[in-house]
Amino acid sequence: MAVQGEIIDKTAAMIAAPVPAADWLVIAPVLLPILAGAVLLMIRHSVRWHAVLSVAVLAVLVGANGLLLRRVLAEGPVSMTMGSWLPPFGISFTVDALGAVFSLTASIVAVCCCVSSVRDVDATGRRYGFYPFLLLMMAGVSGAFLTGDVFNLYVWFEVFLISSFGLLILGSEKSQIDGATKYAILNLVGTTLFLIATGYLYGTFGTLNMADLATKAGQIGDAAPLMTLASLFLLAFAMKAAAFPVNFWLPASYHTPPAITGALFGGLLTKVGIYALLRILVMIFAVEGVALAGVIGWVAVATMLLGALGALAQSDIRRIAGFLVISGVGTMLAGIALGGNGGLSGAIFYALHSMPALSALYLLGGLVRQRGGSFSLHQLSGLYGASPFLTLLAFIISLAVAGLPPGSGLWPKVMLVRAALDSGAWQIAAAILLSGFLATIALGRVFILAFWRTEIAGVQAVAGGSMSIMGCCAVVILTLAMLAMGVMPEPFVRVSGTAASGLLDASSYVRAVFPGGGGS
Amino acid sequence: MEAVLAILVGLFFAGGIYLMLSRHIIRILLGVVLFGNAVNLLIFTNGRVMRGVPPIIAEGLDVPAGAVANPLPQALILTAIVISFSFFAFLLVLAYRAYQQIGTDDTDGMRVAEPVADGLPPMGY
Repeated sequence: MAVQGEIIDKTAAMIAAPVPAADWLVIAPVLLPILAGAVLLMIRHSVRWHAVLSVAVLAVLVGANGLLLRRVLAEGPVSMTMGSWLPPFGISFTVDALGAVFSLTASIVAVCCCVSSVRDVDATGRRYGFYPFLLLMMAGVSGAFLTGDVFNLYVWFEVFLISSFGLLILGSEKSQIDGATKYAILNLVGTTLFLIATGYLYGTFGTLNMADLATKAGQIGDAAPLMTLASLFLLAFAMKAAAFPVNFWLPASYHTPPAITGALFGGLLTKVGIYALLRILVMIFAVEGVALAGVIGWVAVATMLLGALGALAQSDIRRIAGFLVISGVGTMLAGIALGGNGGLSGAIFYALHSMPALSALYLLGGLVRQRGGSFSLHQLSGLYGASPFLTLLAFIISLAVAGLPPGSGLWPKVMLVRAALDSGAWQIAAAILLSGFLATIALGRVFILAFWRTEIAGVQAVAGGSMSIMGCCAVVILTLAMLAMGVMPEPFVRVSGTAASGLLDASSYVRAVFPGGGGS
Repeated sequence: MEAVLAILVGLFFAGGIYLMLSRHIIRILLGVVLFGNAVNLLIFTNGRVMRGVPPIIAEGLDVPAGAVANPLPQALILTAIVISFSFFAFLLVLAYRAYQQIGTDDTDGMRVAEPVADGLPPMGY
């Protein structure tokens, strides 16, 4: 206890200066949605304000993320430590190019999904809290991308996980309850594995600050079982990212909720797993990550091919999308396995493409359901005649997801295949090309059956309705974003390259947290 | 002390995983709880166990005089307990709803979202 009047020198443990106003930008992407989610819960009886407020807050979130990315690209990583404690005693939020660009893309996808939901989420869905769940999930996703502390990363995982449970069961259809049971249990086991690894990490290093860990992991040498730690993290994050062989919860659940929820999940949640893999296995456990590259490579090959083959075997558009999410996860894992600036920037660019692309695919499925009356390829036909506009959107989105020009999937795949051939990993290059080919067939079949086929012999045509304008707007925005990525890839390649080099050489990340140099 | 706790953690993990391998949701959930508590104990053990020395700095000193108990694992565990408890409550309700709606808690019988007889997609037209 401090005696009154006595002045204690706290500079050894505390930051004396107040946080500069500009640094609050670092936690703005978390604060905004979490506060807005709380406000929406408080006004849960006036649900008509929910949609408008959510779109507005998410638009501000995009702005904040944009400013953050601009600052990070101009000045390098930015850090802020909670409670004015000096790192590593306080919990740090550290933003580098990787976190900022993921967070920005995620918020753009979220605002599109939110716009599309304005008319499609009914009063019951709103009363049960669709928008608060959406905002709290975005808080969790942004927090995961921006935090600089491993235990805090675990907390954000749980925040978006519990919100995603709420979104998943909203509506309480039989199939939703069934899918949610599997999703909830397996994801909880996955995050518990993450917590186990975090416990050992703390026991080994005595710190959970990522910058501190990145410094210490390189110095500790053979004195600690780092390979075990890295493998545990790999298993935990692979489960979250839905990599083979721990991917089976995804196709069991992602097709059950409404298309908007599927779009949010398919676009954002698996990428958090990929982000965490990049952060932990590339930046912190650099040596062990390289040693595990062989395993990750074969996991990537299996995930890519089995995802694409799974998509071929489905007749429900949403389940096809689910398997294509898995195939995309495999492609990003391939980049992590290849390592180096080429492989990593390919993986990061692919993630930037995959967020809007898979979201657009799910939202497109929702539009197809509205126009054609079904999700099933057994029942859909004649959409080309019914809506040429929808056909055009479907065509561009299919090209982008399959990785064909002028869509956005082409360039990251080019980067990955080149990196694979440069490092002699022919099996990865072959798997990327083959899975792209299989995805083309799967999506081509959707196009042929649902759009080109004029009528189905012996089957009563399902009555379709009209598409929601807001839903179309959202898909058009996402499609334009993908076309922009496909036609002008240079800025995205550059940002991905910056993000990748920030992972490979963590010195500027460490300097942002410990300006005086060194760790604790 | 650490050795005893480590063995206990191992037993908890074994029991948790054994229960999670069951076909019945309720046993899986009990396994999840055991698994979660195993992790809490694991973090506690990883923080190095020290009994009877509270982490309080005596007056006039800047750092504790000798080794003291590590308070940080307790903060971590408390967070983890709150999270796993709320998840368990949610999962119990979910399992009950699933039992009400689907009529079984046998995971082999829960095929509503992924019907077995879904058939192949159309091969042509």
